[in-house]
Amino acid sequence: MARKRQTIRDHSAEANLFARRAFFSMFFVVGFLSLILVNLYHLQVTQFEDYQTRSNGNRIKVLPIAPNRGLIFDRNGVILAENRPVFSLEIIPEEVEDLEATLEQLATLMSLTEDEIYDFNQSRKRQRRFKPLSIRNQLSESDVALFSANQHKFTGVHIEARLSRYYPFKDTLTHMLGYVARINRRDLERLRETEQEANYAATHDIGKQGVEKYHETTLHGQVGYQQVEVNNQGRIIRVLDVQPPVPGSDIVLNIDIELQQRAKQELAGRRGSVVITDTRTGGVLALYSSPSYDPNLFVHGISQKDYSELLNSPYSPLLNRATQGRYPPASTIKPHLALVGLEDEIITPETVIKDTGTYQLKNVSHVWRDWKRWGHGEVDVVKSVEVSCDVFYYDLAFKLGIDRIHESMTEFGFGEFTGIDLHEESRAILPSRGWKRARFNEPWYIGDTISVGIGQGYWNATPLQLAQSLNFLINKGQRHVPRLIKGYMVEGEVQDLPIEMKSPMVVKNEENWDLILDSLYGTVNREHGTARTAFENTNYTSAGKTGTAQLFTVAQDAEYDEDAISEYLRDNAMYVGYAPYVNPEISIAVTIENAGGGGSNAAPLARNVMDFYFERSGYNEIATITAAAHEPVNANE
Amino acid sequence: MNKAFTPAKSSLLEKVHIDGFLLFSLLSLMLIGLLTIFSSGGQDWDLVNRQLVRLGLAITVMVFFAQIPVLLYQRFAIYFYALGILMLIGVLLFGDVGKGAQRWLDFGFIRFQPSEIMKLAVPLMVAWYISRASLPPKNGDIIVGFVLVFVPTILIAKQPDLGTSLLIASSGIFVLFLAGMAWKLIGFIAMLAGCFAPIMWFFLMEEYQKRRVTTFLNPETDPLGAGYHIIQSKIAIGSGGVEGKGWLQGTQSQLEFLPERHTDFIFAVYSEEFGLIGVLGLLVMYLCIILRGLYIANRAQDAFSKLLAGSITLTFFVYVFVNMGMVSGLLPVVGVPLPLISYGGTSMVTLLAGFGILMSISTQKRLLSR
Repeated sequence: MARKRQTIRDHSAEANLFARRAFFSMFFVVGFLSLILVNLYHLQVTQFEDYQTRSNGNRIKVLPIAPNRGLIFDRNGVILAENRPVFSLEIIPEEVEDLEATLEQLATLMSLTEDEIYDFNQSRKRQRRFKPLSIRNQLSESDVALFSANQHKFTGVHIEARLSRYYPFKDTLTHMLGYVARINRRDLERLRETEQEANYAATHDIGKQGVEKYHETTLHGQVGYQQVEVNNQGRIIRVLDVQPPVPGSDIVLNIDIELQQRAKQELAGRRGSVVITDTRTGGVLALYSSPSYDPNLFVHGISQKDYSELLNSPYSPLLNRATQGRYPPASTIKPHLALVGLEDEIITPETVIKDTGTYQLKNVSHVWRDWKRWGHGEVDVVKSVEVSCDVFYYDLAFKLGIDRIHESMTEFGFGEFTGIDLHEESRAILPSRGWKRARFNEPWYIGDTISVGIGQGYWNATPLQLAQSLNFLINKGQRHVPRLIKGYMVEGEVQDLPIEMKSPMVVKNEENWDLILDSLYGTVNREHGTARTAFENTNYTSAGKTGTAQLFTVAQDAEYDEDAISEYLRDNAMYVGYAPYVNPEISIAVTIENAGGGGSNAAPLARNVMDFYFERSGYNEIATITAAAHEPVNANE
Repeated sequence: MNKAFTPAKSSLLEKVHIDGFLLFSLLSLMLIGLLTIFSSGGQDWDLVNRQLVRLGLAITVMVFFAQIPVLLYQRFAIYFYALGILMLIGVLLFGDVGKGAQRWLDFGFIRFQPSEIMKLAVPLMVAWYISRASLPPKNGDIIVGFVLVFVPTILIAKQPDLGTSLLIASSGIFVLFLAGMAWKLIGFIAMLAGCFAPIMWFFLMEEYQKRRVTTFLNPETDPLGAGYHIIQSKIAIGSGGVEGKGWLQGTQSQLEFLPERHTDFIFAVYSEEFGLIGVLGLLVMYLCIILRGLYIANRAQDAFSKLLAGSITLTFFVYVFVNMGMVSGLLPVVGVPLPLISYGGTSMVTLLAGFGILMSISTQKRLLSR
């Protein structure tokens, strides 16, 4: 009853009051839900594009795909640098049920070392579980076979193949081909500066030396892209779009691998270099520097031990002696100086000096000696080359003066980069007054000029410069740039690049050039020629010049005694030459360090290589000579 | 009355004290929830099955609560409330620590969150206390009412569980509001609350709660840390656009950029996949439930029933508003699930128990009036 009374007491007013409050609540609810709706409208309609972009940015990643590196062939299509699959053993931790047990089994099967397992566990901590992680790189063939046979026992473990550079000729081509190796911080900086970074986004290796470095852009190709959808951990869910990479161009070198191998064989056990060029194009047929090393060592990261061995070797195998070695050119430049003398009309073909073995200047006490103690007697310009008379050139140098020598020899390419497609090149030193002032802060003395006259003193040249200057001489001032690259391999066909030339030299009197070439002929073919013995009975006619560079200055009254001085101070043997004498094809520059006289040490080596070249080509001298009905010009003894 | 004209089907439901309209709306939302959980959980049937079990349990609880006469709720409100307070104190003294908060009471055979009891006990208690005298309540009763509300609120906030304490506080305050508390007093209390806010900030809030607020004010300052949730959630919602990316097609959720995607942030998944159109539909369904609740409350015959029904309904609204507001960046992140949609058990059971009470009120009053 009490309850009923209460209800009656409050009923109407309470119901009204509650209804009003409930009604208000309804508006309250509708109002706040509208607020939510307005906010969602703002997000989903007004700002839709912004959020859509951010959503796509979340899920879409662009992954670069590395292009395949271009191959390198020799002039006959022999492959010199190729891409080989290398195999590594990889584990995807996520897919392995019991990682520890798997590692144990693997260790037994593949005889993994503790270091390998330790390294694996270390890098595992830094990587997502679904990403493959390598436990051993560069599997041997037996490793691959062993694991493949047992693959079924190891879920989540697999062999991954990746292309990597391989140089089948190993140390034969090192200094010219160079090598690729992993991109390091310095490479990255350079790529960034040249805005190439994106193009290398997926690339492992980059050319570090030689052709691999010089022609990097051509060989590398263009990166490709894969657009993928990823989740919040970066796992690839699916591929949306693929832009395939453009592989690098295959390039063909002027190199003739057989000739190169022959050069290597000849230089075995000696320090020196052989440069062979095609006199008609400037193409480099062989360029070997000895000793050499296997560039494949560098591709997968050379061990510290191996590297320091190379670096600290007294024989400097890392040095490209053909382009970086700086040697006194010695007598090999006598023909060039003689030509300048003739062209400048300081001497004539008839000029004769009397060589008694010494040369002296007025008011100078120093005595310059000829390599031949008693002198060569009466010497004209042709004989001066053939017998390599020093006194003739002491006098010529004195008359030309250092300024003229510097000017003319610069035209022959000394003291300048040859422009060969290698970054490892030295300009060497062609001295001048200005150079000596800058280098030693000393004036140029007349005595300095006399030494330069026989390619000694301050004068340095690289073997490639010697070969090049000889080509300029042979081609009578036509100047081809020495080139390693010949062209591109396009669908099995070689597409030649145009031959590169520098502006030709001024020829005043072509007969002077012929006379000098004749003296080179005489050096090889006439009785007192310094290279005659070396080239006896060849099936072809060649011409050339020997050189013996002194590294040790013999005291004024002393004799040069080979046995008494250190090996490293013995003379460098040099020879530059070309063949055939008529319609030349190849020129060669041989430099052998501390080997002694050029005629007896370098020339025979050059002959062997040339013999090989002409034997292989089946060259028939008699037929050629008869056809040309050639007689050497001006054969004056 | 018009009772005689209702079809037989309806009367069958009525016999078991079930409100057909509410049941239909709840089941519809649950279905949407299951679809969204399936999508956000990476199409994991396990997740759906577990949620189905929970839903079954929750519905059973609802039906059970619907059978209990209102009178009984009224009579046992005070004991229920007292028990809840005791357990809350128990939690603070011996509670289990889970996820950095002390919320659980371990009885050995069952682990239990007493704060869930308070979600029902507080409105029951306040409604009972206020409805003893005639409405509107006197100032003294209002003060007692506030004490009844804030004792458990503070105990829960201390655990700390800001979301639940917020819901419990509002459930009690709604009772006082619906009872006809004077507008002047409401204004005064709002002012007091404004003054209380800084005190809360400096003395009551934990470091992680403060961080949530600062992150809420500017989520972009910490995009990978605390702001990550909000930013990724807004990206999900915004990128859904008007039509949505389609069911199972939401990249933010499928690719797992969105955190807590089948629990507290499930609304972002829904918005991404169904767009503004889907959101509008969802809001309408929630609104229907709320309006139905208010209608039931208004039709209830005694003050206790009216207040209780109104409070349960409005608290349900607070769930919806706080969750959607937090997921869409309107409110700071507090752990409140989206009712009937989010994956999770305990709060679903309490929620449906509340709807059971609502149904009891809606059906039993007529039996009484006979």
